[in-house]
Amino acid sequence: MNREPENVPEPAPLLQVDGLTRMFGHVTGCRDVSFELHPGEILGVVGESGSGKTTLLRCLSGKLTPTAGAAVFDSRRHGPVNVFELSEQDRRRLQREEWGFVHQNPRDGLRMRVSGGANVAEPLMNLGDRHYGRMRQATVDWLSRVELDIGRVDDKPRNFSGGMQQRIQIARNLIHAPRLVFMDEPTGGLDVSVQARLLDLLRELVRDLDLSAIIVTHDMGVARLMADRLLVMKDGCVVETGLTDQVLDDAHHAYTQLLVSSVLQI
Amino acid sequence: MSNDATAPLIRVEGLAKRFTLHQHDAARINVFEGLDFEVRPGECVVLAGPSGVGKSTLMRCLYGNYLVDCGHVLVRHDGREVDLVSATPQQILGVRRRSLGYVSQFLRVIPRVPTLQLVMEPLLENGVAADEAECRARDMLGALNLPEEHWGLPPATFSGGEQQRVNIARSFVRRYPILLLDEPTASLDAGNREIVVRLIREALAEGAAMVGIFHDEDVRNAVATRTFEVAQYRAAA
Ligand SMILES: Nc1ncnc2c1ncn2[C@@H]1O[C@H](COP(=O)(O)OP(=O)(O)OP(=O)(O)O)[C@@H](O)[C@H]1O
Ligand SMILES: [Mg+2]
Repeated sequence: MNREPENVPEPAPLLQVDGLTRMFGHVTGCRDVSFELHPGEILGVVGESGSGKTTLLRCLSGKLTPTAGAAVFDSRRHGPVNVFELSEQDRRRLQREEWGFVHQNPRDGLRMRVSGGANVAEPLMNLGDRHYGRMRQATVDWLSRVELDIGRVDDKPRNFSGGMQQRIQIARNLIHAPRLVFMDEPTGGLDVSVQARLLDLLRELVRDLDLSAIIVTHDMGVARLMADRLLVMKDGCVVETGLTDQVLDDAHHAYTQLLVSSVLQI
Repeated sequence: MSNDATAPLIRVEGLAKRFTLHQHDAARINVFEGLDFEVRPGECVVLAGPSGVGKSTLMRCLYGNYLVDCGHVLVRHDGREVDLVSATPQQILGVRRRSLGYVSQFLRVIPRVPTLQLVMEPLLENGVAADEAECRARDMLGALNLPEEHWGLPPATFSGGEQQRVNIARSFVRRYPILLLDEPTASLDAGNREIVVRLIREALAEGAAMVGIFHDEDVRNAVATRTFEVAQYRAAA
């Protein structure tokens, strides 16, 4: 019998979120959210529209300032830092160097006036790479990795289909080897068949690169396929959390049971 | 902590499970309570009882797929016992990756991944080199008589019995110290059932501990070392 190696003990969390709250006047965006994300882990955030998923994601990714709470990220550059206590400049650098953000609408994540190839290469340029040949090669590699026709590297994003635009956005957000990628309904606006292929691709990439990811989705099928662990949100609060298969197969909270039972088959 | 070769690999103590159906006026289904049992190396404990008694529920509790309301599920993992009831999600995933396999009736996998890759996955996840993993996966699929033309295809379009064999291949391609089998032979023909029986017996002979549900009497008789009546722990309504 072959000997298979034993794994290392549990590593420290990559992200530790504590009491995160964001109010919009009297309206709750998200309230008192706490969780840990471990290296290599994919966390799904599920709930109906308006449940606070996107607000949570925007706070975590430094796009929105929370009303209260902390998010400590174990960064390569600084070690563990509370994202909300960083200077604007440091936070932007963290976003550029160590994070990716895949928007539901490719328009929000791509620059529509420059070519698909330039969109993919830009993050490297922003990190100071000036070696044209190397960037070109990395771009070509990434385009093929996301299964796009390399011959179209100079086309503008608007000439690509929605699914292809999303692939460009994914390449653009992974090319700089981030440690954490935020995804907001990454397959939301796509046809079911396009969606399935894109999810497979995303999953492969996330596993191969040993990324951590936080994926917001209202689609339980997407959650089942992508996430190791789930947070279920309702009215801005986390009502249930656990291993994905446990939450979906043995939901405890009334709201989760409703969500799960509203889907045909997952 | 004993490392005795005959020490139980699963130990269940005082297990209780009920469901609360919030969409149906919080109806309660009490499945079992105070349930104790253990499984030692080389044992195949077959869960018995009528439909709805809680066989699959118990098995899912053993896998950390269902939360339990009371009690402990102690699983031997890397030489110590881990209580799945209090373990973190990361710990449960680690236990599942290395120590605890589960063959369900249905194959649930990522849609686009080819069969051979699916069978290699449990090996790759455990650090086996790609070429060796491929060899072992091919041997396993061959042993289960899955036609070679199928190996490069994702199993989505396969017949029920073919999918089930992919499922079995994934769980037997490496030796899990503990295996949970929920009707792994339900859609197989007699020839393939016999092959699965042989795989189960080989693993038992090597010291695996198993818990199984088999509706097929021949299979049950061929592999069971003991029967466990779930009904004896039926909860008061
Ligand atoms: N996820 C769930 N949510 C709610 N109730 C459940 C769930 N899973 C099982 N049950 C209930 O628990 C009881 C035991 O079901 P279980 O599937 O364990 O029976 P079984 O002994 O495996 O039956 P069979 O032989 O028909 O497969 C049943 O009343 C079932 O309806
Ligand atoms: Mg059953």
